[in-house]
Amino acid sequence: MMLTFIIFGLLLSGSIAWVTDNKVFAGIKFQAKWVSLLSVLALGSCFLLLVYFSNQNFQQLQLFERVSWISSLNIDYALALDTLSITLIVLTFILAVVCILVSWEEIQEKSGFYYFNLLATFSGVIGVFSAVDMFLFFFFWEVMLIPMTAIIAIWGHENRYFAAIKFFIFTQVSSLLMLVAIIAMAYIHQQQTGVMSFYYQDWLMLDIKIGVAQYLMLGFFIAFAVKLPSVPFHSWLPDAHTQAPTAGSVLLAGILLKTGAYGLIRFVIFLFPQASENFAPIAATLAVISILYGAKMAFAQSDFKRLVAYSSISHMGFVMLAIFSFNEIAYQGAIVTMVAHGLSSAALFSLAGMIYQRIHSRNLNDMGGFWQSAPRMGGFGLAFAAAAFGLPGLANFVGEFLSLVGAFQVFPIMVVFASLGLIGSAIYGMLLFQKTFQGVPLKQVQDLSVREFFICGSLLGLLVVLGFYPNIILGYAFGVFA
Amino acid sequence: MTEIPLTHVLILSSLLFIIGFVGVVVRKNTLFMLMSLEVMLNAVGVAFIGAGSVWQEADGQIMFMLVLTLAAAEIAVGLALLIRMQRRYRTLNIDVLNQMKG
Amino acid sequence: MSLLASLPLYPLLSFLILISFGKRLSWVMASWVSVGAMGAAAFCSMFLVNQLSTSDTSVITAHMWQWFSIGSAKVNVSFYLDALSAVMILVVTGVGFLIHLFAAIYMKSDENFTRFMAYMNLFIVAMLVLVLADNLVLLYLGWEGVGLCSFLLIGFWYQEKSNVLAARKAFIVTRIGDTAMVIGLFLLFKSLASLNIAEINQLAQTTISFTSNSMNAAHSDAYWAALLLLGGAVGKSAQLPLQTWLPDAMAGPTPVSALIHAATMVTAGVYLIARMNGVFLMAPEVMNYVAWLGGITLLIAGVAALAQNDIKRVLAYSTMSQIGYMMLALGAGAWSAGVFHLMTHAFFKALLFLTAGAVILALHHQQDIFKMGGLLKRLPVEATLFLVGLACLIALPGTSGFFSKEAIIASLWSSPTAGPSLWWCAILGALLTSIYSCRLFFLAFLGKARFPENLVISDHIETNKLLRGALFILALLSLFGGLVTVDLSSLFSSYKPSVVSSIDSPSWLHIVAIATPFIGIIFSWFYYRRYRIVTDEPLTASHSAWIVFCRNGLGFDTLYSTLLIKPYCFVAKLNKNDLFDQILMLIAWYVRIWRDILSVSQSGSLRWFAAAFGLSLVGLICVVTL
Repeated sequence: MMLTFIIFGLLLSGSIAWVTDNKVFAGIKFQAKWVSLLSVLALGSCFLLLVYFSNQNFQQLQLFERVSWISSLNIDYALALDTLSITLIVLTFILAVVCILVSWEEIQEKSGFYYFNLLATFSGVIGVFSAVDMFLFFFFWEVMLIPMTAIIAIWGHENRYFAAIKFFIFTQVSSLLMLVAIIAMAYIHQQQTGVMSFYYQDWLMLDIKIGVAQYLMLGFFIAFAVKLPSVPFHSWLPDAHTQAPTAGSVLLAGILLKTGAYGLIRFVIFLFPQASENFAPIAATLAVISILYGAKMAFAQSDFKRLVAYSSISHMGFVMLAIFSFNEIAYQGAIVTMVAHGLSSAALFSLAGMIYQRIHSRNLNDMGGFWQSAPRMGGFGLAFAAAAFGLPGLANFVGEFLSLVGAFQVFPIMVVFASLGLIGSAIYGMLLFQKTFQGVPLKQVQDLSVREFFICGSLLGLLVVLGFYPNIILGYAFGVFA
Repeated sequence: MTEIPLTHVLILSSLLFIIGFVGVVVRKNTLFMLMSLEVMLNAVGVAFIGAGSVWQEADGQIMFMLVLTLAAAEIAVGLALLIRMQRRYRTLNIDVLNQMKG
Repeated sequence: MSLLASLPLYPLLSFLILISFGKRLSWVMASWVSVGAMGAAAFCSMFLVNQLSTSDTSVITAHMWQWFSIGSAKVNVSFYLDALSAVMILVVTGVGFLIHLFAAIYMKSDENFTRFMAYMNLFIVAMLVLVLADNLVLLYLGWEGVGLCSFLLIGFWYQEKSNVLAARKAFIVTRIGDTAMVIGLFLLFKSLASLNIAEINQLAQTTISFTSNSMNAAHSDAYWAALLLLGGAVGKSAQLPLQTWLPDAMAGPTPVSALIHAATMVTAGVYLIARMNGVFLMAPEVMNYVAWLGGITLLIAGVAALAQNDIKRVLAYSTMSQIGYMMLALGAGAWSAGVFHLMTHAFFKALLFLTAGAVILALHHQQDIFKMGGLLKRLPVEATLFLVGLACLIALPGTSGFFSKEAIIASLWSSPTAGPSLWWCAILGALLTSIYSCRLFFLAFLGKARFPENLVISDHIETNKLLRGALFILALLSLFGGLVTVDLSSLFSSYKPSVVSSIDSPSWLHIVAIATPFIGIIFSWFYYRRYRIVTDEPLTASHSAWIVFCRNGLGFDTLYSTLLIKPYCFVAKLNKNDLFDQILMLIAWYVRIWRDILSVSQSGSLRWFAAAFGLSLVGLICVVTL
């Protein structure tokens, strides 16, 4: 019940924020940002309490709700959690707070509706991470898509409609393939057992012929590879990231990309182990291409956010490589990379937003020498760029290292190529940092405010803690694959 | 009284309908278009009456009553729109209203 | 908490204090904090080394926490102190302390003084982690950490475009080596299932699959692992083919050049190879490559040093060449000699750099030796100290450099992985060393003063006893550091008896080796006559094509620029708009064309719609009825 309360609570508090924005009740002026911040914090702590007190072994999926929804098709409303989804939901709550805080001053127009969309996306994402009925999963998959598109299209930058539509079409078309695969799976279940079922645990029991499984796996794979994103389906991402408002970019890079990785692990790998093992060399090749191509493209950009967007493609390549190497070490690496990239890319996009607010440009050529006037911002910029190029001591290193060590056991040659991405990441990381903070000071900018310092400081703190003590995640998320 | 054959009625009705249709298509003035629409509706009415008298059924006349009511309602809405159009665009040229252009 | 675990904490605390208070700290406070922390670290490491020599286990370890685990192998944050790391921590904290002391005075007037000292402290933290790490992942943490600090310190004066570029170059070039090293780590883990250094050295000799690969008999895992680790070492230690970053790194403040780019960080590669000797011993081919790389680098760097005009660049190339000696020693299996030279080199090169810094400061940031001259009379103390440093560099008998370099050269001839040709390389290198040292000394300190008179404001330097004090201690260490015997032989496993060759060294080897520096000095005395005598004829650097070629580091920069950098930039620029995006947008383009075609029919005119409707209806009826 609690989990449902959290998911719909987010939606509900979003609606409350929308309705009560800038209205006075009982002498208190309601502001959407406060309403949403407080509700996210409250629901986030609810979630932690739920997990803490549930006394269940989350190494396996633990069912929380199962109610019949559309009985004629045997569709249930079913939610379950395991360590993987708990890790990602906690990440979602952390970044939700970051998203609200970075929008604090940036969003002035239609702020009520904005926060509604933001919270609706969170609710969709948490639904995606916890749904175990595939129809419900698909439902939440769409729920998180639409408000996100609205955020880009309404509060984005100059080219927002194009970017929003591109984002929408890419995701929508790919998820249609997944829908076909979902329906086919339900149908196969009916053939084998006589009843239709969309329930994940039922599907795990199915015995699917490898030829069919190959196609169904591809249906899921493409949907998640677009979301991840992997070359050659990545091109929605730079546009969407660049045009989205700061919180939109944080949300996209920090969480939405992780739904792709989550889907790959939970649905592609677990539902079709044999088929995905056959497919692994191709997927790993795509991953390596993503790593190198993303790094190369990032180097060529002159737009701060676009550069970070391409670096995300590169980083998510590591995740995909790790996932498809069927190796426990690599899985751990994939999870740490997911969390670490969520934090570090959120941090870089927040930084981009802060710079944009000061100089109203995202162009690296308009920046330079900011260290002089804003040393604190420079320090954080350096730390976050360092996280992006995998400096040991920050969380990204642990993730990338484990991913590559694990993958090396299976695909040594590919990992050698993937490691070249480390050089590429150093090149674009240095470029990003030096173009922004070093060189001749072109403009004087204000240093970080307390709110901004809090955002950057807490993200950096998390990165450092996870960098030196990744067992917080590893010890927890580990059991999923055991 | 000699009966008028149904074919004649139908020919009259089709002629009226075509005249009305051509009127709708070629006239630019919206008022004339509305009038042409009336002609088309009446053409249908003629056809109903003719058919009703052939089969000796009251249905045709009932349908004609319905058409008349419809025409009245339609012309009421149409004229209201016409006045709004005149107010807004200072013309009754229907080609001005092409915002549905693809 | 054990003393060993606390060693990096002092500079770390100092770093945190400096970074959080920033410019609010006064110069006195900031220098007390940073230099004091270094003093504490130096004292602490002396105490530790003393403890180590009296303990019977010959190893001190400190386990802090488990970082993460790779499968069943644990990667801990743990320190491991043995004789090798003891030498290193002494050098890092000892020389580091003196350089910090010097830097506190040298950088006094810089407006970002606290930031500078904070970086220096952070560097020491990373360097200590590097040398104390008990596993390769933690070592890699220190390895990248020193790289980052080196980057920050080279680009310390970040408003200058050239400094920014030099910093970027240093970071990226070393990162190439680091990446090779990381792949080496993957390979080591795959074949030995451990990343603990002691375990690896142990397992490397006992695991059969590591040294003999059934798939590829010629190149076993040991071969590749050693080669990849060598890649890391080559990058960090500025050896061929990744040596190009070091001369440019001289853009940083002089104490940085002394600390990072002479005494400590650049020798990390040597440390790595010495540390991983168990792996390298299993791959004699790679030992041979190490020796050859060292040999070629020391020649190339020596030639390049001969043509430099900038005092710091001469020293940079000389550093490169001396590290070449260390590599040569490692390749020849003379581990102790290599590490010994590392130590003595740290002393005298730090001395040379700091003295050069004092000279540069006195001349108001003039680094061109053709604009110096005659400084022996104007700055006699600095000149003497510099001469001491050069004597050690040339390896004049009695100095510390002599002992270490002789030890290296003596081991070469009969080593199975080196041999006579490399011995000749080393001798030729020694000759080059003495020639470029003489050239440097003549140009800077002898001859006619070629700088404007008013430039020398000596009180800036003279009054500072502390600064002089640091230099004197370094000079003493350089002169007498060779008397300390560094015996690490118990630490390193030697060759299996079957590999030991039976070549006997001829008796004339020692005589030649000792005589070589003198030959160089005598040669330069006559060849560079016009540099050392006071004449009125103007003295300018030669611009002949050959000299310029050598001055630019024998064209490696140009080569890499054409082969790697330009193509990468070209491809990046060419594909700025993302080829895949363009292809996918073709679909959008196709849809748009059809939209344009079809939207012609949607004229928006009501009459058009009505006509179309009516005619289509007629058409439809016709079709249906006919």
